[in-house]
Amino acid sequence: MSDRFELRGVVAPTLMLLVMAGCGGGDGGGASSGGGGGAAMENPVNAATAGNIAGSIMFEGDAPSMDVIDMSSETVCADKHASPQMIQEVVVNSNGALANVFVYVKEGLESLQFPTPAAALLDQNGCVYLPHVLGVMVGQDITIRNSDGLLHNINASPTINRGFNSSQPVSMETTRSFRAAEVMVPLRCDVHGWMTSYIGVLDHPFHSVSSGSGAFSLSTLPPGEYVIEAWHERYGTQTQTVTVTTGETAEVNFTFSASMAQNAVVPLGAPVELHAIAEAS
Amino acid sequence: MMAVMTRWWAVAVWFAAASAALASGSLSAQDGDALGQVTYERWCAGCHGLDGTGDGPGAGYMLPRPRDFTQALYQIRTTASGDLPTDDDILAIIDRGMPGTTMPGWEALLSNDEREALVQYLKTFSRFFSADEIPQPLEFSRATRSNADVLAEGERLFREVADCAACHGDGGRGDGESSPALVDDGDFPIPAADLTENWLFNGGGEAEDIYRRLLTGLDGTPMPSLADVITAGVITDEQLWAIAHYVRSLSPDDPPGITEVVRGVLFEDAPLPSSVDDEAWDEIEGAYLPLAGQIIVMPRWFHPRVDGVWVQAAHDGETVAVRVSWSDPNNSPDPEWADWKSQVIALMQPKEGDPPDEGPTPDQLVVQFPMQMPEGMERPFFLRGDNRRPVYIWQWQSDRDGALEGEARGIGTEAFLSGGQDLTVDASHADGQWQVMFTRPLVTEDENDLDFVIGEAIPMALFAWDGDNGESGTRGAVSSWYFLFLEEATPVTVFVAPALAMMLTAALGFLVVGRAQKRERQSGKIKSETPNS
Repeated sequence: MSDRFELRGVVAPTLMLLVMAGCGGGDGGGASSGGGGGAAMENPVNAATAGNIAGSIMFEGDAPSMDVIDMSSETVCADKHASPQMIQEVVVNSNGALANVFVYVKEGLESLQFPTPAAALLDQNGCVYLPHVLGVMVGQDITIRNSDGLLHNINASPTINRGFNSSQPVSMETTRSFRAAEVMVPLRCDVHGWMTSYIGVLDHPFHSVSSGSGAFSLSTLPPGEYVIEAWHERYGTQTQTVTVTTGETAEVNFTFSASMAQNAVVPLGAPVELHAIAEAS
Repeated sequence: MMAVMTRWWAVAVWFAAASAALASGSLSAQDGDALGQVTYERWCAGCHGLDGTGDGPGAGYMLPRPRDFTQALYQIRTTASGDLPTDDDILAIIDRGMPGTTMPGWEALLSNDEREALVQYLKTFSRFFSADEIPQPLEFSRATRSNADVLAEGERLFREVADCAACHGDGGRGDGESSPALVDDGDFPIPAADLTENWLFNGGGEAEDIYRRLLTGLDGTPMPSLADVITAGVITDEQLWAIAHYVRSLSPDDPPGITEVVRGVLFEDAPLPSSVDDEAWDEIEGAYLPLAGQIIVMPRWFHPRVDGVWVQAAHDGETVAVRVSWSDPNNSPDPEWADWKSQVIALMQPKEGDPPDEGPTPDQLVVQFPMQMPEGMERPFFLRGDNRRPVYIWQWQSDRDGALEGEARGIGTEAFLSGGQDLTVDASHADGQWQVMFTRPLVTEDENDLDFVIGEAIPMALFAWDGDNGESGTRGAVSSWYFLFLEEATPVTVFVAPALAMMLTAALGFLVVGRAQKRERQSGKIKSETPNS
């Protein structure tokens, strides 16, 4: 009994002191430092042997109707839009293409380390977030811009990262980054309750958000087998396995449908095990 | 022999260790862990849950819900928004509690060891805490002085730059444009703070506390940090202090004192206040009467919107006027608050029996008196009286003109007089505040009305409902019995009696002393006359 007591009493504080001396005091995921620029590290992918993945996201069946956003209390924003804005939860075009699906490489990149890209932009313009879904890398700066010149707050509620809630009462920019991979981090504005967006944080740059025409692309991947996941905020996730060969673009398509909403497990704050080796070699 | 030696040696070692522990002032890590867990499970788990997820057995009766410790989101910190709290931050909340919520302060109830052990135990609920990273507090500057210029600047920044009114409202009572849709990190509806009641601010209500909250934000709530606004050069640190001073100025200098009596000021020469916003009301002090949820009769209500009312009273010997003021962000029923209302009802309702009717619910106020002045201290049961001691009530609703007089002999037996009303009411809702003024002759012909006597304590109780918070019927806020005391004119005898008494005493004094002196003179003469003749 007394042995254990002594150990705990001595070893733990000593270790702590050593570690504290070594660390500069940590900052959470919400701190405004970050990678920015890839000068320090080279891209490990050999462009000569690389391939691509591309495809479309479609929606099967009748798209649910979205509520109209009532911006009457914020005339500055209402005036920026030619037509009333809809909630962006499900965006399907006339051809049945589903937008705002976050597509990314979930498995297969082994232990490659990638340089951190330059800052990504999240804009608040017309009282909506642009883009609605954004992909970034761990440590990559996210420039959050207020283009409206009126009060917005950016309230990020991740599960694995530390979040933040920052006020932007005028046109200004705030820079944040996240330091752990997480799919997805929800953001919202409390002043304008309809404003939501999602940020996917990955250890690598192979992510894409499907456009209005449903198209996405992941380029310059090393050849090999990959697990690709498509994430939608209402309809959940789907995965497919795809093989990338040199110089070729592998086509991968996903289809979501309204019935998926019932059983959807929409991961928010799910950690991403990026370096899991794919089942089939 | 060896066994005895070993035993003595073991005792000596134990003694040394215990002294060392006592001398260092802290428990061993093991004992601390055990104490933390025992203390938590005894005092905290009932609300916060055994695994710290904020859903203990009592949580369903509370709004805001108890904190979920697993995400390590703490409202009141000295660290930046999103950062972990320091140990001192956690201890401060355990000690002080969170006013206006169901989290009490434990400083008086638990020992230092218990509370410090609790801090360490709470940290074990969340993987974010690690021994590697010690959260660093922000640099807080010293308070600036507050004066009229600072307050004016603070107000300008509050309204035009930081736009605090978007949620807190122009008067700071939590009635801003965005307030109906606010939710916290658990997606529960959360009101914007009423900035006129600083004694209920989480983390303290002085300017220093407010300044810190502005810099750190209140994590887990919609209240953001303004630190980036300073970094971006939009405002300076000094201007942040100005905002803090202005917000402080919205509340009274001192928190309202505990009082049992509302004094009805006598207006002898000047006319009584004639309307609810008559300036004459500004001169009448009044009293703050706290309200609590009605939790005696089912369906109960644990989270009323109205936590207190300011009551002022005046009379001129013939008419009595009573004005009641309280914060309410909406004039119910208000369609902007329909979502809020249904959310609150869904959250607070499930255990309490039938849900309330779907229809629109107004704001309400009831002022209650005994039907007759009681003999001695026996007052009617405070919830609408009983058969032996009925009550007389004034009832006002926001969606109806006028007020009703009525009587009751218990909950559910309220009967209102239809005609011959002597009671008039004038009400106004502005900037998140209701003000309702009742006027009535002191004495009426109706024998079921209480006759207001002057110079005696009249029992009075108040009840309030915020309709758009889902409140109606027994789901509302209640007070216990207080007193209304109508001041009497100071009678002339108050001045004359002491003067008369003084004169009488003086006269008697002169008489007695005069006689004594006279006797002395006479005996002196006799003495001086006795010879040596």
